Amino acid sequence: MKKFEKLTSAIVPLNIENIDTDQIIPARFLKATTREGFGENLFRDWRYNGDNTLKTDFVLNNPAFKGRILVAGKNFGCGSSREHAAWAIQDAGFDVVISSFFADIFKGNALNNGLLPIQVSDEFLAEIFSTVGKDNSAQLDVDLETQTVTNVVTGSKTDFEINPYKKSCLINGYDDIDFILNQKQLVEEFEQNR
Amino acid sequence: MSKTLVEKIWDAHVVKSEVGFPDILYIDTHLIHEVTSPQAFDGLRKRGLPVFRPQQTVATADHNVPTLNQLQPIKEELSRYQVDMLTKNCAEFGIELYGLGHPFQGIVHVIGPELGITLPGKTMVCGDSHTSTHGAFGAIAFGIGTSQVEQVFATQCLLQQKPKTMKIEVNGALGQGVTAKDIILYIISKISAAGGTGYFIEYAGSTIEALSMEARMTICNMSIEMGARGGLIAPDQITFDYIKGREFAPAGEEWDKSLAYWKTLYSDADATFDSVLTFDAADISPMITYGTNPGMGMGIAEHIPSTASQVASEQASFQKALDYMGIEQDTELVGKAIDYVFIGSCTNSRMEDLREVAEFVKGRQKAENVTVWIVPGSKQIEQQAIAEGLDKIFEAAGFQLREPGCSACLGMNEDKIPAGKYCVSTSNRNFEGRQGPDSRTFLASPLTAAAAAITGRVTDVRTLLNEPAHA
Ligand code: SF4
Repeated sequence: MKKFEKLTSAIVPLNIENIDTDQIIPARFLKATTREGFGENLFRDWRYNGDNTLKTDFVLNNPAFKGRILVAGKNFGCGSSREHAAWAIQDAGFDVVISSFFADIFKGNALNNGLLPIQVSDEFLAEIFSTVGKDNSAQLDVDLETQTVTNVVTGSKTDFEINPYKKSCLINGYDDIDFILNQKQLVEEFEQNR
Repeated sequence: MSKTLVEKIWDAHVVKSEVGFPDILYIDTHLIHEVTSPQAFDGLRKRGLPVFRPQQTVATADHNVPTLNQLQPIKEELSRYQVDMLTKNCAEFGIELYGLGHPFQGIVHVIGPELGITLPGKTMVCGDSHTSTHGAFGAIAFGIGTSQVEQVFATQCLLQQKPKTMKIEVNGALGQGVTAKDIILYIISKISAAGGTGYFIEYAGSTIEALSMEARMTICNMSIEMGARGGLIAPDQITFDYIKGREFAPAGEEWDKSLAYWKTLYSDADATFDSVLTFDAADISPMITYGTNPGMGMGIAEHIPSTASQVASEQASFQKALDYMGIEQDTELVGKAIDYVFIGSCTNSRMEDLREVAEFVKGRQKAENVTVWIVPGSKQIEQQAIAEGLDKIFEAAGFQLREPGCSACLGMNEDKIPAGKYCVSTSNRNFEGRQGPDSRTFLASPLTAAAAAITGRVTDVRTLLNEPAHA
């Protein structure tokens, strides 16, 4: 897993609530058997018309918005457990997703892939949307070590929570499998003692 | 110390618990299918690891499979490749596969219970969010992502934070035409599509206790639609009777031993839940969803809420959903013309669902403008339906009985609802495009779906239940 420390970047704003994983990556694009290439179909049905032409009014198709931080409305990532949703977001070039609420499985999947989900208050989220509404190059500063996000334009800063174990995984670039494999003997003992 | 059911099962599976770290939780049974497993197998290969406990892993092909001419080679190249990969991976890693053509094949959450693999007190996972279905037996069962599939392959364990617990009690008798599906759609409409996030839900109360196992599965299945990690119901005599004699269920001495343990699986009377909600069965009518998340549901005779009645921050999303669905605020859905009816998915594709639909449509005919697909949850159910003559009843009514799979629940195979068309569906998600690009889904019970098939319109099934069918 790749390491994550700090990031200062422009934002892609997606001010929609309850964005489910079927929007992030529709089921018909889940047929690949590798992890790569899903970014092409990220938000497929919002990005393309039925005849495969680009929907020019969708934010991901607007060259004025680019950056490695996706900012979305409340309850992001609800729906299916498909990890392809996290892969697609990462593959499209994002390192961070910010929302005021995340669905559980999505959050876990994101963290397991080094994509950082950051939950902020409704107010802080609204301020990001308003800042980027006025200036599409507005930046956010994300610092995992201190667990803070700063709106570079307004100077507002907020803390975010992350499980300390997951934080160390992201910073050091190791994953759960490495962690458990190191304790495999405990697992075998558990099996024998049941 | 008194414990909830979730805590009892959880604590019995903790390999290691350390402050500041998630628990290492032992997983008894790992179910896999073709869509969320290939990258996990690949990961194992890259790390040079075997599957640690292949005997505790069971595979089937369901998400991507055709529901007509299932034994012909799959036409769609990518789907075929994915199903072939599963076969190859299972052979390489020593995993039992109930693939196409096998008498046990079916939707992963239908075959686990049906084969006696799903048992009280177990921990079970699958790379599919509706793994919560298995909780109906008093198991801790939840959906995981592909990295976690790899983790369970490699270690038979998962790193997990102990979840918060919620109890949802439903008490009293159900009204006419009201089924388990209506109960769960009602609960989700009350607490919203995110109302259960972070919780494991225990369903209890006299209404739940009176339900059959199949109905309980319908309830637990949709726990994820309110954001919950899982849902479960304490096992009782109904559970034990259902399990006894199934293919892989314990037998003989093992049975007695298991039964004695299963009888200890309930929440202690003075156990505390992080949250408790209570509902009255008498308040529940046949339900239907009108929007694009399962929380946007209402009693079928009600009016769609107005946009202005929504919380200010949610009005735009609400209106967007209505626009997508092509419906107006403040109107009723009853009478709305529909194009498709889909009776299937791990929510409602079991024998009881098919029997209920058959009984209702016997002597009736589908409306001309409607296409009706009945997709059984497993090969065994398909065979049983034929043995009971339900196929003849469906055929006479103009309903197509197809072969088992996930089908139009997620439209990964050919079974897609065309753009702009309306489908009354017994599945669990009404997301934009879930059943096919730009398709529009009304979620409902099998009975309400069958009623819509007959009239060609969204229908309050109660008006037909009192009317004799014409032969
Ligand atoms: S029927 Fe639908 S919800 Fe159930 S496992 Fe298949 S795709 Fe998932």
